[in-house]
Amino acid sequence: MNEKKDILLEIHNLSVSFCMYHHGLEQRDLQVISDLHLNVAAGEIVAVAGSSGSGKSLLASAILGILPGNATVRGQLYYKGKELTKERQGQLRGSEIALVPQSVTYLDPRMKVGAQAVGHKRPYPTGKLRSLFQRLCLPEKTERLYPFQLSGGMARRVLVSTALITDAQLVIADEPTPGMGLGQAMEALGMFREMAKDGKAVILITHDIDLAFEFADRVAVFYAGTTVEIAPASDFKRGADALRHPYSKALWKALPQNGFQPIGGFQPYAGNLPKGCLFAPRCPHKTAKCEDSVPAIKEVRGGEVRCHHAT
Amino acid sequence: MKGTLGRLARIFFTYSVKVISLLLAVSAISFVLISASPVDPVQQYILGLGTTISPEQRAEMEDYWGVDEPPLQRYFGWLSELLHGNFGESAIYRRPVADIIRERFANSLALMLCAWVLSAVIGFGLGCIMGMYHGRLPDGILKKICYILSAIPTFWLGLVLLLVFSVRLRWFPIGFSSPIGVLNENVTIWQKLHHLILPAFTLSLMSFANIALHTRQKLIDVQGSEYVLFAKARGEGKWTILRRHGVRNILLPALSLQFASFAELFGDSVMAENVFSYPGLGSAVSAAGLNSDVPLLLGVTLFSALFVCTGNMVANLLYGVVDPQIREVGE
Repeated sequence: MNEKKDILLEIHNLSVSFCMYHHGLEQRDLQVISDLHLNVAAGEIVAVAGSSGSGKSLLASAILGILPGNATVRGQLYYKGKELTKERQGQLRGSEIALVPQSVTYLDPRMKVGAQAVGHKRPYPTGKLRSLFQRLCLPEKTERLYPFQLSGGMARRVLVSTALITDAQLVIADEPTPGMGLGQAMEALGMFREMAKDGKAVILITHDIDLAFEFADRVAVFYAGTTVEIAPASDFKRGADALRHPYSKALWKALPQNGFQPIGGFQPYAGNLPKGCLFAPRCPHKTAKCEDSVPAIKEVRGGEVRCHHAT
Repeated sequence: MKGTLGRLARIFFTYSVKVISLLLAVSAISFVLISASPVDPVQQYILGLGTTISPEQRAEMEDYWGVDEPPLQRYFGWLSELLHGNFGESAIYRRPVADIIRERFANSLALMLCAWVLSAVIGFGLGCIMGMYHGRLPDGILKKICYILSAIPTFWLGLVLLLVFSVRLRWFPIGFSSPIGVLNENVTIWQKLHHLILPAFTLSLMSFANIALHTRQKLIDVQGSEYVLFAKARGEGKWTILRRHGVRNILLPALSLQFASFAELFGDSVMAENVFSYPGLGSAVSAAGLNSDVPLLLGVTLFSALFVCTGNMVANLLYGVVDPQIREVGE
């Protein structure tokens, strides 16, 4: 990575587990994110792609520090080179780090859109909101509408406006495209590209891997709560051979335009994770080493991968 | 705005039709019940006179009251008198029932209104506190208090409060709505309030638990919602979230619950008024029941049905005005 100094957010060995009651009073920790590794630089879009249940949305909550009370977080988070502690998360969320939620249900159904978009910090940036809505092609009356009166596209732009009004440096977009037609999805992603051009760092959480490598600069592939590979988006366009991890290759081959070949098995559930490499049970190339030890993340051909056998 | 008014008028109209048919049903059922009961209104009336009358006079009276007429004819006769505003004369108070209801209702309304507002404020406030500290010590303690209060009968709580605050501490009078031995014209508003506090407090203690527990649950639901998660993600603190999103989303169900509780409020007020000898509708109805005062009993029955219906209608109308989802869709 050439622009290492511009790295805005760094995540090392992040693990998140939930304390749950298993049988009666027996408590047990459910690990949902394990040894996760990710970094984002200013001006780039990093897509975090993975199937449902891979812990993508929890990653957003972990960065913002809004996980529920029974969650335990381990590992290191750095924002602008300084450790991201709980207090710092509290100061930064909503000002320097912003979340763009996935749907209109994240807006208060009984509050007018304008009052929600300006946020809670006084003085309310009403003038800024006006020009922002204009830029996003939202009619002026939008401010006086309630969330349920918004069309899908308007809701999407209102949600984006909640991030833009804050001057956030880091924007985390959680599943911004599901349920949208191609045109709408392109429009939505276009807004994030513009943010990146303004020098913001964007984390795009998605399960739509096609859109991820079309629009992002880098793609982090998520599997069972960890990043198995972080590759430049262009590698995904070049094909399975350009990729490094067997899961990313399988993901690529499973796409309709690339042969539609699924792989057997299923993603392990939290609380039932394998001892070694998380992908080992499904991996065609696994060895005894894979079942014994978790592979460390390593750099291979300009990308990062978590596999003993990656070349 | 015009649309809203039109819609409210429509709701009001349909509701009025419902209320009128309900009142007809209530009047018919109470008429049947009274007819089937062993109470003889003529006999009670004569007892109330305090003098003896000859059998001829009694026969004349029965004829005047239409005792021998068929029941349907008697019912419609009674109904048409009701529609003309004639509720009959109370056997025990020797005054027109309509006057008694008017006078007693003013007292009851003051009592119930105070209790109603007090229970709404206490209940909503405590509900918010319980919701905010959900699962922690303040929540646990307040929740237990709420359960205990909902299990206590009104009259018992009234007696205990009376014992403690009136008999022991002498802070409040033992009963009635004004001091004994003072002419009605000379009673000040403060004296009236002084007499009102303890019964109103008893009544509100009886009903706030319901609203508090309801508010608590609603607030817990709201806190688990996606919009509160997003509010947290935007840096809103716990209390900012309560102010910006909590109150807005729990006030409406609490308000409608409070209006819908008119029936229980009325029922409890009968108990409370008896314990505190408070001259309201509630003590009138129990006196009427115990002394077989048929006109008064029927009058109060009909009136209380109307009162409860009004409460429910206000709740319905309010929902349409306050909830944007209902209001804006209607337009």
